[in-house]
Parts: sequence; C-alpha cells; structure tokens
Amino acid sequence: MQQAIFAISTIIIGVFGCVAYFYFSNVILDRLLPAKGPNAGRNINRANAIRPWLFVFPALAILSIYLLYPVFSTAYLSLHDSSGDFVGAGNYTWLAQDEKFRESLVNNLLWLLVVPAASTFFGLVAAGLTDRIKWGQAAQSLVFMPMAISFVGAAVIWKFIYDYRGDNQGEQIGLLNALVQAFGGDPQAWITLPFWNNFFLMAILIWIQTGFAMVILSAALKGISEETIEAAYLDGASPLQVFFKIKIPQIWGTIAVVWTTITVTVLKVFDIVFAMTNGQWGTQVLANLMYDWMFRGSPDFGRGSAIVVVIMLLVTPVMVWNIYNAHKETR
Amino acid sequence: MDMAGGKSRLTWAVNLSAALLVLLWVIPTVGLLISSFRDRDAISTSGWWTALSASEKNVIERALAPDEAKPEGDLWVIEGQVLEGQGVTVTAFGITSKEPEAFTPGDTATHARGHKITVQSDGHYRIEYEEEPSGNRGQRLFVRAETPPGFTLDNYREVLFAEGMGQSLMNTLTVTIPATIIPVLVAAFAAYALAWMEMPGRALLVASVVGLLVVPLQVAFIPLLKLHNGVGLGKGYLGIWLAHTGFGLPLAVFLLRNYMVGLPGEIIESARVDGATDFQIFRRIILPLSFPALASFAIFQFLWVWNDLLVAKVFLGTGEDELVMTGRIVELLGSRGGDWEILAASAFVSIAVPIFVFFSLQRYLVRGLLAGSVKGG
Repeated sequence: MQQAIFAISTIIIGVFGCVAYFYFSNVILDRLLPAKGPNAGRNINRANAIRPWLFVFPALAILSIYLLYPVFSTAYLSLHDSSGDFVGAGNYTWLAQDEKFRESLVNNLLWLLVVPAASTFFGLVAAGLTDRIKWGQAAQSLVFMPMAISFVGAAVIWKFIYDYRGDNQGEQIGLLNALVQAFGGDPQAWITLPFWNNFFLMAILIWIQTGFAMVILSAALKGISEETIEAAYLDGASPLQVFFKIKIPQIWGTIAVVWTTITVTVLKVFDIVFAMTNGQWGTQVLANLMYDWMFRGSPDFGRGSAIVVVIMLLVTPVMVWNIYNAHKETR
Repeated sequence: MDMAGGKSRLTWAVNLSAALLVLLWVIPTVGLLISSFRDRDAISTSGWWTALSASEKNVIERALAPDEAKPEGDLWVIEGQVLEGQGVTVTAFGITSKEPEAFTPGDTATHARGHKITVQSDGHYRIEYEEEPSGNRGQRLFVRAETPPGFTLDNYREVLFAEGMGQSLMNTLTVTIPATIIPVLVAAFAAYALAWMEMPGRALLVASVVGLLVVPLQVAFIPLLKLHNGVGLGKGYLGIWLAHTGFGLPLAVFLLRNYMVGLPGEIIESARVDGATDFQIFRRIILPLSFPALASFAIFQFLWVWNDLLVAKVFLGTGEDELVMTGRIVELLGSRGGDWEILAASAFVSIAVPIFVFFSLQRYLVRGLLAGSVKGG
C-alpha cells in the first residue's frame, strides 16, 4: 500500500514537475524578454533563440547523463583494473587470451549469422503468405504476438518445450522430445547438447523477432506499385516468379533495415541466455559474460567495461549506417 | 480450365502453409498456457497435448483392515471405496503386484487365502471372508483408474499468494508506469523543438539521437551505478525510472520528431501569425495531432519496461519489495526448476498484461514500428 502511494505520488510529482518546468520556464522567458516596449524586436529575436533550448534541455540532459557520458566513462574504465589503477590495454590483452571471451565472441558471431537471417526469412515468408489470404490480419496478429512476451517468459515457454526426462523418469513431457520419440528417435537433453544447444537458444529469439520482420516487410510489400506486378502477370510470370523477381528486389531497402535492427537486438541478447543456461554448456555470449564480470563475487569493472567496449564496436557500423540514412532522408 | 484449377490449388497451398506457420508460432505459448491450468501430477506424468483426454494412473491402496469386517449372513464382509472423492473411473484392478491389472471392474478375484474381492468401476470394493478374519493390515488393491480431464486455478492461487508473484506484480507496476509516462512527456517537447523551432545545431542533435538509438544498454551500467551511488540514489525506484527514461528517450525523440515533421506546417504558421506562443502551439495543436505517435511510443516503452530483466537487475535491489516479475521468474527457474505448474502460472501472470495491451492496441504498435524502421530505408 505504502509502495502504491509512493509510486502514485512520484508519478504526480514527476508529471507535474515536468509540465511546470516547461510552463514556467516559458513564462519567465516571456517576462525577461517581453515582446513589447522599446526593445520588442530585439527581445523577440533573443527569446526565439533561447526557447528551443528550453524545450530540448531536459531530454538533452538525460540523454547526456544516461547514454553519452557512460560511453566515454566505460571506455575510460576499460583501461583500468578492478582497483582503479591504469593498466592501458591490459584488459584487452587479457580478453584476447580468455577462453570464455573467445567462446562468447564465437557464439555471438554465430547468433549474428543465424538469427537476423532466419528471422528475416521467416518474416518474409509470413508476410508473403498472409498478404494473399483472407484471414491474413488474424494470422499476422498471432505470429506477431511473441513480440509482447518478455524474453524471460519466452525462456520459460521454450524450456518447457525442450524439457527432458532421463531414463526411468516417466513419459517425456517436453514437446520436442515427445515428437522425436514419436518418430522413433532417442530423447535428448537439448539444452546441454554441446554446440547445438546454441541453436536451440537462437530459436527463441527467431520466434520473437519473426513477427517484427513480418509486420515491416508486409507493409513494404503493400507499398509496391500494382503496375509492375500486373505487367509481370501479363507477361506470363508465375506468382512465385512475381514474388522473387518483382517484389523482393523492390523492398531490398526495407529488408536491410529489418536485418540491421535485428542485428542490434542480437548483439545485446542477454535475458534468454541468462534464463536458459546462464552461459553454461558452451552457450556464453558477450552481454551475459559482461554481466557476470560485473556482479560476480569479486566484480571487475575494468574487464566488464572492456567487454562492453567490444559490444559497442560491433554495433558501430550499424550506427554509422543509420545516421547516414537518416541524414540522406532529411535532405 | 487449367488456369483456374492451378490458381485454386495455389490458394489452397498458400492457406495451408499460412495455417501451418501460425500453428508453429502459437503452439509453444499454448502448451505452457494449458499446463498452467493443470495440476502438478498431471503435468509431470503426461504431455500437455493429452490434457483434453482422460489420463490414466495406477495406484495402490489398502482396503480396510480385516478386523473391521462385519457379519452378513454366513459371510464376513468389508466394504469401502478406493480413490474416494476423486471422480475417477476404475478400468482394471488386481490383488498382486505381479498382476496389477488382471481383473476388469465387477469381476471377482479370489485370494490365495480364500477370500473374494470385487472392485466396481466407481471404485466401490467388497471383500467377502467365509470365516471371521483378523489382522490390522488391509488387503492391497492395485487399481488402474482413469481421471477425467481436469483444470484448476490452484497454480495461479499459489504463485500469486505463496510464491510472491502478487508482490512482484505490484513492483513491476511501480517500475513501469512512471517509466512510461516521464519519457513521453520529456521527449514530446524535445521532438517539437527539433521538428518545428529554428535552432542552430538542430541537424547535429537529430543525428546524435539516431546514433544513440543503437547504443547498447550495457554501456550505461557500470558508470551509472557508480553515479547513482555517488549522489546517494543507490539502488531504488527513482534510479530505475531515470534509467528507463534515459534508455527510452532516443527512440521516443526519434519517433515523435519524425511524426511531428510530417504535420502540416500551415496550421503551425497561421497559429504563430495569430500570436500563439510556442507553448500554446505545442499544447493545443501539436499534442492532440501527435496522439497516434505518442500512443505508439508509450506502448513500446510500456512493453519494454514491463518485460525488462536486465535494467531491473542492475538498478533495483532484490528485496521482497523491489523484485520485479521477470526477476522472480528467473529465481523460480533456479529454485523450482522442475515444478512446471509454478513456472507456467508465474510466466502467464507476467505475460497476461502485455498480451492484453498488445491485442487491444496493436494498431498503434504496428504504426510505431513502421515509423521507426521503414523511415531508415
């Protein structure tokens, strides 16, 4: 109860504080530089120069403290050891030799290869199929739904599918093992299966991200001009040919956007690995390794920061590409 | 008509593949949802896909002790009920562990010692002795029983009140609501300035926001934890609200600015000519017109904060009054790993709200996604 009162009062204070800031800062500006009197013209110009900054200031301040400053701070910390002494590239040379880091890097690259490709592919298939049927809208909703489910919830859902009962522990209650058994195979403990367990974890993210890819690609497919499609049909193209040779080439830009967006998500993947295996059995990834170094018994912020810098570097190309595109568009 | 035949065959194929795909995507969730309504024994002895058919189980029960036998004519009789009150149907029974299913209900089994045993399909049993028996150990009855499909809300009751999900639901709400409202407000003002007010360096600011869109959250953890501790904020709700606001702002500013830029400039210009201040323009024109974009972002932020595990683990404590639902589920995964009835119900307590928001406000969500992504291409 106390907590609810605390939360509600903070919401009220926060929201009113916000509104009050914007309102009163504008009022004060108008008082200080009134748009009348002898200096009206000069005052209006000055007020117009200052006002935008009043509007932007809170966002700018929060962004600077919560995202911009940490980027530099992390880079700085990565050059220091756990007790704060400067070690130069020491943390990075340690990383290069660390067994777990190499495993994480390889796994992350594997995720980068598989998840964006598979999600985009399934998304494209789903978009192509649902575009052509009457109940397409409902079908899209259902495929899109996992987007609303937390990674942790998804982990529970899939852990149940991968559930394994050893000999003498009764019937298999995991769907995957039951299917394998029905087709005459031997049940497996999928999550501990070396190397392949990575793919069972990836399936979870693909399951979630396909809906995202589908929604965006489906909108792009709808935006294709009817004329090109009709012309192709008149020339005797089959529906499949139209899909692959007329439609897909026209939405390459969108496919690239979907691909890169999922790529960024993949680089940050943490919850799934944390909840499913916590990096055991050869499934470690960078984000989880970083968390591990940050919160283990004797945390090492230097090493943790060095791992973050590696993630940051991997994201940078996407960042540059995004800025380039946004810039091109505003022009 | 070969052409028409080919076309309808294609339509069939498309419908069928779409159905298959949807099925594949829905089954994982459905499986856990069904399991969350089954009782513990049912989950651990049979797959959820059998939930709608009756499940069979073998049990061993002891009949009443021979001392309890009552005279009836020449005989001494014991009568009673196996699996009392469970609404089961007996499909077979036996009296030795070697042949536990030797008899069908209604048959009479004769024990090596001479007494006769009958079990009816409703679980009623009758044992007849020719002479007065004695002893306090009852006859063992091996029974195979069929339980009709049954669903229960007990799992939900348990996780909400005994496993602490109820408290965690409160905690998640406490995190989510302010962390959704504050960034919307802050971003709306900034987006308006970046879209419609003359200022030097505007292009640079917009480019920085786009750049910050993809900065990995992990970057912020160590520096901000130090900062929060440094200014005395420590781990707590205020800290996590600010953190979520910071992490949500790039997308918020980006989405809202893109939307506001598209609003008709004439309205804003004519309001300016009429002497409206920027604050008035913002409140009376921009905010109402931008409602779809505001809703899109609010939904995004809500889903993201509600579903978040990592930020909560870093910026909130793990005490009973601060542990959010995702964190609780991860703990349960560790401590109650095999108890699927607990895990399934917990997962669905946390999934229910986002799913509801998703299905009722999907329109805005899709619009937001499109504005946020297609623009880039």
